[in-house]
Amino acid sequence: MSEIAIKVDHLTRVEGHGNIILNARDGIVEKVQWQVTEAPRMFESFVRGRHYHQVSHVMSRICGICSIGHALCSLKATEAAMGVTISDETELLRKVALHAENMQSHILHVGYLVAPDLFRKGSVFPLIETHPDAVLKIVSLHRLANQMSDLICGRTTHPITLMVGGFTKIPSEKELSTLRDRLVSVLPVCDEVNQLLMDNLHLLPDFTRETEYIGLTSDTEYALYDGVIGSTDTGTHAVADYESIANEYMVPYSTAKFAKHARESYMVGALARFNLNAANLTSGAKAWAQKFGLSPINCNPFMNNAVQLVEYYHSVEDSIRLLDAILDTDLKNETATYTVKAGRGVGAIEVPRGILFHDYTYDDQGFCTKANCIIPSNQNHKNINLDLEAFVPTLLDLEEKEIELNLEMLVRAYDPCISCSTHYLTVEFT
Amino acid sequence: MKKQKPRVAFFDFASCEGCQLQIANLEEAVIDVTKLVDIVSFREVMKEHSDDYDIAVIEGSIMRPMDVERLKKIRKNAKVLVALGACACIGCVQRMVNQWPVEESIAAVYDKDPALNDNPYFANFKTKALDEVVTVDVYIPGCPIDRDEFCNVLAALLQGKKPPIPDYPVCVDCKKKENVCLYELSRVCMGPVARAGCGAICPTHGSECEACRGYVTHPEEDAHTEVLEKYEISAEQIMQLKSMFTYRYIEEKAKAEVEQ
Repeated sequence: MSEIAIKVDHLTRVEGHGNIILNARDGIVEKVQWQVTEAPRMFESFVRGRHYHQVSHVMSRICGICSIGHALCSLKATEAAMGVTISDETELLRKVALHAENMQSHILHVGYLVAPDLFRKGSVFPLIETHPDAVLKIVSLHRLANQMSDLICGRTTHPITLMVGGFTKIPSEKELSTLRDRLVSVLPVCDEVNQLLMDNLHLLPDFTRETEYIGLTSDTEYALYDGVIGSTDTGTHAVADYESIANEYMVPYSTAKFAKHARESYMVGALARFNLNAANLTSGAKAWAQKFGLSPINCNPFMNNAVQLVEYYHSVEDSIRLLDAILDTDLKNETATYTVKAGRGVGAIEVPRGILFHDYTYDDQGFCTKANCIIPSNQNHKNINLDLEAFVPTLLDLEEKEIELNLEMLVRAYDPCISCSTHYLTVEFT
Repeated sequence: MKKQKPRVAFFDFASCEGCQLQIANLEEAVIDVTKLVDIVSFREVMKEHSDDYDIAVIEGSIMRPMDVERLKKIRKNAKVLVALGACACIGCVQRMVNQWPVEESIAAVYDKDPALNDNPYFANFKTKALDEVVTVDVYIPGCPIDRDEFCNVLAALLQGKKPPIPDYPVCVDCKKKENVCLYELSRVCMGPVARAGCGAICPTHGSECEACRGYVTHPEEDAHTEVLEKYEISAEQIMQLKSMFTYRYIEEKAKAEVEQ
């Protein structure tokens, strides 16, 4: 009689607090569960009463890693509510800011949080001794992303310059041009880092499970800042219909909400974006996708890690294109003119971990009266659970320690952002 | 066996984890930090964990009985307890939830979904800073923290010196940067009462100071009020800012008035 009882309390190398539970007896899985135990912080509740120009500053605090994405999504929702049209220059600069954050988050995840698993180490620290060159290359890609955020947003975490209708301050032409040149010079480093993962790709488990993939999609670009909702099962949907896509619900063992659409669960994030939008990647990113053996629809959640590196490459190449377009005309820093008015607006954006929605209602003075946010990691929790259920039976012959590592690697592949996903409960006060 | 280096452990409670992220954002300097101290626990980036540490660095606010228990255990293990960032020091923006009675929010939650009834993870009370539960030895303020300041504080601790956290208002730094005062531009700003140390980063980027680093020890609130009157700023406008990061001071003032 063999018994397996695994309880990973507070899974490490992920953002936030979650547990993995597995009980199995004689090769039969009795229970497998991904639990989210983070304290609920209730942002939608306390943002009520805030004046519209403060809202993005409050909401960026949902997440330290994707604070730029939360701020941008918040601004898009507020601008939709008040009918604000931003300038082309503002949109281009916002897109570069979003790339900076995706780059920062992706390289942090693959380079610092996932890589130790491939070398069977507990953290990146021992790798500094054993693989100093590789670690320093990863650090250099991380620093570049952070310096991009510093330049455009005024700070790496919790952006300062992003505001309703434009920017409080924009970089000089010279600063943008220097950034452009640095991005060009970093592509060979990206190649080297991608090759490192390529050499170790066989260490990622070969596990697939069909599911639905949801993300923003667009005919004209690899949708990150804007687009309509796309599903690999049901086609496209208007952003305004987001509630009927996510269909959030509660479970007793988690402080994060779960979501489902056409099936029991769906996945969002880099892999979902790739499955929906691969044709719109930049040429260098496409070449790396091919080398990694990726083609849509790929149903191996572990390949989310590889797609994150493909997206880093895409973000560098696309930022060069965006900066060329910005530098093509004189910088103006135009702030949109608008009148504060009552209304409701929904914003959708792709943040590192997937599609994000903010939905606000304002009164005629510009004070927020109602808010709803749907977070990428919430949308993945049920998919993680179902993946665990399908993955565990393939592992039962392994040592308990190896089973535990494989389960951790699966959850980690989703790059869950747990603080985000428990930022709220829809608490309504009257 | 003699311990070679001071042992440091990182912990987090309710927060966005953005302040711990600033440690990763030190880039190569992290390697220097690991030469000076042994990092023995840091859940966000490492699997290893030890309860044997000298310095505990804690991000996040305390919101549930289960958090209190965990924090007290950390306090017992640590020789020095460092509150990292606005959530740990003052409660940050999530303290705004304290504007409403917690019973009301819990009742609203429980009524809404009976699946939550036996779930201890939802036993929220009002948002608290760390020093409302245990003794805090060192505060590193800010939302997020300034990563250079973190290194300076760590270096001071290792040398047994007083952590170099300024106790003068943001206006001082802002003047040094030769910024035009936001009040002159008909804007509202917390600079006159907010604790400096950030290099007046928000006003320098054209955005008002929101006092994410809390107040100086003796804020000249009356002088601030005079400034507000001079520039005809309404009470409502300033309360919007005062209740954003620094709702703790409003709560404490109200409590002191009740006690008087």
